Amino acid sequence: MMSSDDSKGSIRVPDAPFRPGEEASFDSWPWKPGDFAMPDPKTCEFKDTTELANGLVRVLDDDGVASGEWDPGLSAEELQNGLEHMVRLRIFDDRMMKMQRTGLLSFYMRSLGEEAVAIAQTMALQEQDWIFPTYRQPGAQFVRGRDMVSMICHCIGNEEDNIKGRQMPVHYSYREGRFISVSSPVGTQFSQAVGVALASSYKGLDEVTITWIGDGASAEGDYHYALNFASVFNAPVILNVVNNQWAISTHANFATGIGDFASRGLPYGLPSIRVDGNDFLALYSVTKWARERAASGAGATHIEVLTYRTGAHSSSDDPSRYRPGDEHTKWPGGDPVVRLKEHLINIGEWSEESHTELEEKIDSEVVEAYKEAVKFGDLANGPYPSADTIFTEVYEEVPWHLQEQHDEMMGG
Amino acid sequence: MTNMNMIQSLNSALDIMLDRDPDVIIFGEDVGYFGGVFRTTDGLQEKHGDHRVFDTPLSEGGIAATAFGMGLNGLRPIVEIQFADYIFPAYDQIVNEMAKIRHRSGGEFWSPVTLRTPAGGGIRGGHHHSQSPESQFTHTPGLKVVYCSTPYNAKGLLISSVESNDPVIFFEPKRCYRGPFYGDPHKVPTYRIPLGQARMALEGSECTVISWGAMVHVCEQAIKDSGFSCDLIDLQTLVPWDKETVVGSIEKTGRCVIVHEAPKTSGFGAEMSASIQERCFYHLESPIVRVTGWDTPFPHTTEWDYMPGPTRIAAAIAQTQED
Repeated sequence: MMSSDDSKGSIRVPDAPFRPGEEASFDSWPWKPGDFAMPDPKTCEFKDTTELANGLVRVLDDDGVASGEWDPGLSAEELQNGLEHMVRLRIFDDRMMKMQRTGLLSFYMRSLGEEAVAIAQTMALQEQDWIFPTYRQPGAQFVRGRDMVSMICHCIGNEEDNIKGRQMPVHYSYREGRFISVSSPVGTQFSQAVGVALASSYKGLDEVTITWIGDGASAEGDYHYALNFASVFNAPVILNVVNNQWAISTHANFATGIGDFASRGLPYGLPSIRVDGNDFLALYSVTKWARERAASGAGATHIEVLTYRTGAHSSSDDPSRYRPGDEHTKWPGGDPVVRLKEHLINIGEWSEESHTELEEKIDSEVVEAYKEAVKFGDLANGPYPSADTIFTEVYEEVPWHLQEQHDEMMGG
Repeated sequence: MTNMNMIQSLNSALDIMLDRDPDVIIFGEDVGYFGGVFRTTDGLQEKHGDHRVFDTPLSEGGIAATAFGMGLNGLRPIVEIQFADYIFPAYDQIVNEMAKIRHRSGGEFWSPVTLRTPAGGGIRGGHHHSQSPESQFTHTPGLKVVYCSTPYNAKGLLISSVESNDPVIFFEPKRCYRGPFYGDPHKVPTYRIPLGQARMALEGSECTVISWGAMVHVCEQAIKDSGFSCDLIDLQTLVPWDKETVVGSIEKTGRCVIVHEAPKTSGFGAEMSASIQERCFYHLESPIVRVTGWDTPFPHTTEWDYMPGPTRIAAAIAQTQED
């Protein structure tokens, strides 16, 4: 006879590998970088990518030396350009975070530790390609040439905010750069991006769509809709799961029961690759491969971008409550900025001095942009977009009931 | 040549839009090769090609998201959700995405999706093939909500919906798909009924009856049975609704009955009732009466006891005439 205790069931609830006070270690990291062959993107089938989905594509080793078939062979100028954008994003983020702390903007989300993701991947695309980002890919806008002043005006919600103070900071929209409006519900963009890509197919245009989703949001239905529709309709889309280990306080162990994101693309029939998300060269190369594949009509690629969210989820988050404070220092992928910098130094195209000069240049660029932006107001002091913008662009034309409510608000 | 039924007139509207606009594309569950479980897209794939009219996985969320993305990139998708009861996996995509994109992007992006869906009871469909969830969309700014009732308005409203640059949720009363027959769309190849315009189905002086969808026909019978002279307003578009027609009628009759088959609590009748008393209080001679489905799941065998019928509606009209 079972005692009442014995009859109790239990639920196996996962846990994060390390919690505050514990020693973080990635010694048992299962992802071993290998010297993988590059399949032909135009003829490759999902079965041909099993090794790539189970392994890790990495070009830069721990000493900053590039090797292997996936080395994209970028010029020194292109590498320096990529480094400059990453440094720009990091310094920009620092400035915005300081502004948030002083109340000049309501909220902020840094890309710290993940700067290479959007920057390398966007650089690997063509300018006509569509970008469907989350809040952790603002760096793509620098690649597409967006004016920093305009980005700050959005973040501080002033009267020059191109989206008129309608969304929280970091929810950029930049049509000119084909950077589609960021939405807060995580994951929705993933399945929408397949639709954007299929419209390009329908019109017969040489356009590819790239999108990202977090490890956490990959548990949403939209992730699975996206993979299935992309596979069924052979969409020219690049589907990236940015596995940065943490969805606010929820470890990636809660997003999948198999401890792996890349291989989840295989049963959908999508070639799938895991790439070192802190390796600028590997990211560039894998994305270029996927772009070539999509543009050739061969279909979608599913990519796990393996990285670590060095910063907090957002300005409202305190990671010390749920993970060891120094966990990011143990991350085997290191820091993406440092790795590219060391590579450039190794090949004789960069130096500590030139890096310091770059940081000083960007720092003054950001300060200048900040000074320019706050001339149009900030969240603490205004002026804000005029209140009647609440009622515009809800529909193409303002319907009578919104006009009535507008008049009521304006005291008319 | 006989009159078209609603299925044929909807099919004609879709055919016209496919002919007229190369950016129009139609997809959904069973709509392609087979032509739809209700036959609404019958023959369209054969005529226009499977790149323009095609089947999808059984995935309402994926259908809505894909349509949304296509709309962002210049297409004008018309998608079918096979039953309105199955729209809820797509709810987030409709409410948080389609409805918000124009506003949230400062007008930089928009997505002109028309989402057609058969709704309402009367076909012995039980609670998952009979619901009428219009009020779950009328509460979302950024959406236009249309509910057709006859073959004639189905065609004109659908053409206007597809041409709209705003997302439209287009409800089709499946009970009316194959009758009754009003108007003659066949003799008029192309026409539009503007969104936001109601139809005065009957004119009278003693009471205003407001309804939409299949209930319009039930109201017509109820008005005859009641012996009172009534305006019967078929709202056609719920958002934005036709203020001039409604207010003008109430000011004339001073009495009002609102009829819908969806449940009463927070139904769109509540919005109409509140709006009418705000605008027409001093013209009202008696309390506004709502006749609706009950606040219960939609039943199977007892659906005629659930939905408003002529007896309940006629009694409500009579009630408004009491001093």
